[in-house]
Amino acid sequence: MSWTVIQQSLPMFAKGFELTLWLSFVGVVGSIIVGVVVSLIQYFKVPVLHQIGSIYVEISRNTPLLIQLFFLYYAFPVIGIKLGAELSGIIGLIFLGGSYMAEGFTGGFVGVPKNQIESGKAIGLSQWQLARFVVFPQGFSLSVPAMAANIIFLIKETSIFTVIAIPELTNTALDLIGMYYRSNEYLFVLVVAYAIILVPLSLGLTYLEKRVRYGSFGN
Amino acid sequence: MAHSGINVLFEGDNFIRLLGGLWITIKIAAGALVGGVILGTILGVLRTLNSKILRFILRLYLEFFRIIPTVVLLFLFYYIIPRQFNLNMPANELATLVFGLWVAAEMSDIVRGSLISVPKHQQESGKAIGLNRYQLYRYVLIPQAVSLEIPATINLATRVIKTTSLLMLISVMDVINVGQQVIEANNQSYPTGVFWVYGLIFILYFLIDYPLSWWSKRLEKQRLERNNG
Repeated sequence: MSWTVIQQSLPMFAKGFELTLWLSFVGVVGSIIVGVVVSLIQYFKVPVLHQIGSIYVEISRNTPLLIQLFFLYYAFPVIGIKLGAELSGIIGLIFLGGSYMAEGFTGGFVGVPKNQIESGKAIGLSQWQLARFVVFPQGFSLSVPAMAANIIFLIKETSIFTVIAIPELTNTALDLIGMYYRSNEYLFVLVVAYAIILVPLSLGLTYLEKRVRYGSFGN
Repeated sequence: MAHSGINVLFEGDNFIRLLGGLWITIKIAAGALVGGVILGTILGVLRTLNSKILRFILRLYLEFFRIIPTVVLLFLFYYIIPRQFNLNMPANELATLVFGLWVAAEMSDIVRGSLISVPKHQQESGKAIGLNRYQLYRYVLIPQAVSLEIPATINLATRVIKTTSLLMLISVMDVINVGQQVIEANNQSYPTGVFWVYGLIFILYFLIDYPLSWWSKRLEKQRLERNNG
């Protein structure tokens, strides 16, 4: 282990770090949006869209991100759709994350006690009001643990972007190893970099999970 | 789009080679699952015992494998084991080892979680009739925990199978690596081959994973129905 090697590599890793954070952020926000939309469609059993949603969830959950990315980045151009590497990465991550988030939210909505929904109906709430004031707020807080696990999962998945040569953290490390053969040093920085992102996030999300456990009166 | 592009799959022995790659993928996943489930079950039981030090160490082991992305784990082992320990492992075995240790970490949490969710009175009743600790695990805790574990374990299996796609990064001749060779070799005659080869691999992964995740969902549903009814 040579500290000078590590020190010299830090500016490169800083760039990769920034990119990993940025791609993760866009991917997570996009996934949550897609997830909320898909799970609401599933919840209300919107005709046609409901079936499309189920097919999407099954395809996205049962295929690896790596091959999804290859498809977007290498196979789409031959049918005339050219996406850059970063755009492919983001679309791939949202495609994958959206279904995981959707499952998480659906789990939360289903977990809202039946008596809550019946009470809502009894005071004359419309379907939309029921969703807006009863199911959504409670279901959302119930799905926070799943959402937290998915956020961490998605950030880790950005490491796969290396296969389409996006210079995020993993790609930076592999590039440096390829050039200078100092695998110990660069892998060490890489592990530390992921730990810096994921350890505080994991602790923070655990704290958040405890804070949002409200709204289950009577149980 | 060239209408003949799909023929790339049936040119020569391309299709057989792709299936051969898939077989290597499956062998590594299966090896890792069998080894990992056995080791993970042992670790999971150990994590329910009363030793604080043991629990702490096993928790660290789990968190390490949880926090570090699998790509990075593969590279850690790929670069460090041969050099630091002077152990030249073939890539296939190395991959099985890394995946096995990862499965063991995840499995230990599944086993621990299901053991502690067996109702307390079950354990107390067992103690009341004079079972020792071994008998308690053997006759009371483990049989009840297993029905909780199975859906989670099948889910883990689907994750492992999907993650084997990363094997191409450490030069295992898995289905994706073979696919890339097929694409390169046929690039001249089939410019749209890339679409069909990756398409086929996409479908192959789906065909393996979908029945498994359907099965685990069904088991989970049955279990919930049994518990509520």
